[in-house]
Amino acid sequence: MINRECGIFRTTYQADMSLYGVPLARITVAAFALFFALVFPFVVDHKHLVWANFAGISIVAAIGLNLLTGYTGQISIGHAAFMATGGYTAAIMTTRADVPFWVGLIAGGVFASAYGLIVGLPSVRVKGFYLAIATLAAQFITEWIINHVEWIGGGFQASIIVPPASLGPVRFDTELEKYYLVLALVVLAVVAGLNIARSRLGRAFVAIRDRDVAAEIIGVDIFRYKLLSFMISSFFAGVAGALYVYYVGTATIEAFQISRSIEILAMIIIGGLGSILGSIFGAVFVVVLPLALEDILEFFRGVLPVTDIDTFVSQLKLMVFGGLIMLFLMVEPEGLNRLWRNVKDYFRVWPFSY
Amino acid sequence: MDFFLSLLVKGLTLGCIYALVALGFVLIYKATSVINFAVGEMMMLAGFLITAFVGLYGLPLAAAIGLSLLLMVLFGFVLERGVLRPMIGRPVIGMIMATLGLGIFLRGFAPVMWGVDKKNLDLMLPAQPLRLESIVVPPVDLAGVGITLFLLACFAYFFQRTRSGIAVRAVADDQQAAMAMGIRVSTVFALSWALAGITAVAGGVVWGNKIGVDQYLSLLGLRVFPVVILGGLDSIAGTIIGGLVVGASENIFGGYFDKYVGGGLKDFVPYVLMLLVLMVRPYGLFGREVIERV
Repeated sequence: MINRECGIFRTTYQADMSLYGVPLARITVAAFALFFALVFPFVVDHKHLVWANFAGISIVAAIGLNLLTGYTGQISIGHAAFMATGGYTAAIMTTRADVPFWVGLIAGGVFASAYGLIVGLPSVRVKGFYLAIATLAAQFITEWIINHVEWIGGGFQASIIVPPASLGPVRFDTELEKYYLVLALVVLAVVAGLNIARSRLGRAFVAIRDRDVAAEIIGVDIFRYKLLSFMISSFFAGVAGALYVYYVGTATIEAFQISRSIEILAMIIIGGLGSILGSIFGAVFVVVLPLALEDILEFFRGVLPVTDIDTFVSQLKLMVFGGLIMLFLMVEPEGLNRLWRNVKDYFRVWPFSY
Repeated sequence: MDFFLSLLVKGLTLGCIYALVALGFVLIYKATSVINFAVGEMMMLAGFLITAFVGLYGLPLAAAIGLSLLLMVLFGFVLERGVLRPMIGRPVIGMIMATLGLGIFLRGFAPVMWGVDKKNLDLMLPAQPLRLESIVVPPVDLAGVGITLFLLACFAYFFQRTRSGIAVRAVADDQQAAMAMGIRVSTVFALSWALAGITAVAGGVVWGNKIGVDQYLSLLGLRVFPVVILGGLDSIAGTIIGGLVVGASENIFGGYFDKYVGGGLKDFVPYVLMLLVLMVRPYGLFGREVIERV
């Protein structure tokens, strides 16, 4: 039976905070985990595995931004800057100091979170639109620094070639091996995100988001938690950036420009603010949609009345992307997560929906 | 000294034309408190419309500009009604994302309609630049300064002397009180979007002539933020001052220090300046001071 929450009442705070709300959730989560670990990579072809990998990296970044924007209510239009910090840290450490992959990954996260702490400092004084603008400034300043400081970026519009990730004797060379690497990190990020959200930390974040003055009065140290939120969020972004660099094999600034920041924001808007599951939905949706659109239009090549189909596709992708952001904001501001809940609610009371 | 002066003059004219773009942002923010991240894209749309009317349909320039004005005003109405009114009362991120989404949409839409290649917007200005000893001012910059000043004078007259202008100011000051005095707030909102459409056309004409019309024209919209933060989000006079300061400082820093850092200071200095202002005086030089501490 699907109507599974019937008769389960949470009588203690522990029960209310538990990771699995209902016993059945354990089974579904396990089923999904098994599916993605054992079935999915072997039934899809190489192209879709690449999609899955990009989506996975985006999930890590989106969860990070959702902790900051969705849970704590602090807007960041500069998240790609944190990704860039993580990515370049990993790239530089791997190529010049020859550190192992996992050190590069963690260092990327740590450096990004230190940088996030600095960028987050204005949040102590300003909020809302002003904070958005401050993070936007950080985005441009970071782009400029990477482009113009040769020690970091290797010169104007240059790129750093990074060897593929390896863990002990295992080298993550093929798409399938990279898939497992990404999957492992996605699982880690999801679990970490869920745990942060349901614990004392997450509740403090939500309190700040809902009403900062009230949060201060009930004893939440606002400055500390705002900066913590920035740090945690940029740690996720930094890890995602480092993972991206290891995955693609090069670190270039093109991957971390303002459009990427907006993309991550779009993921959490479309997926649902303040929801880890929503971040997953949103990231997959935003990554897969343009790729799928490309395939569909490729199918109609020759039929469409346009001469230059490649530019047409890239412009059309922009239109669909922008249009979807507006559509979601107008029609379903709580995002895909809400739609998913609606579907669940429908089946829970089915067939007695009145 | 000559070098400095020429940099300064160039920066100031540039700043004036930045202010032209920023005006569209401030007008909207002042009346409706909507944060418009799509100013650059609206300007780009206006530029595309003008070049399309001239190039594809063979209209004379004046008619093309007139028609674009009409269409952009209409666009403003539709946008306010269709997209932004449902956003009222939602968290600020919703508004920011909606206008960002609109910007992305327009960046895809305009090239699909009228082609991706860069188009010239010929204003039929004299080719000879204005020379004052060593200082050279291209005619399009002069035209830009002229248009900015003209628009400012028009807006000043509108806000100070006309009934609808005073209604906009009343709504900006206090929506509920304005409503109680019998002002239709929705009309005022539509009106300010129409004004933003007009400034978008003005910006599109000047910048389209300066750098050509294609989707990269929209990137100028991002230059607006240092200008408005510096001047204060809701101050029209502040926009001009902010524009002048940003234009002058980016040009002077670029002129003197670009050779040491490998160029590109133009894209760097305004944002550093903006961060400093945000730290010290978030409401800008002339903005309304809203003290809100946590």
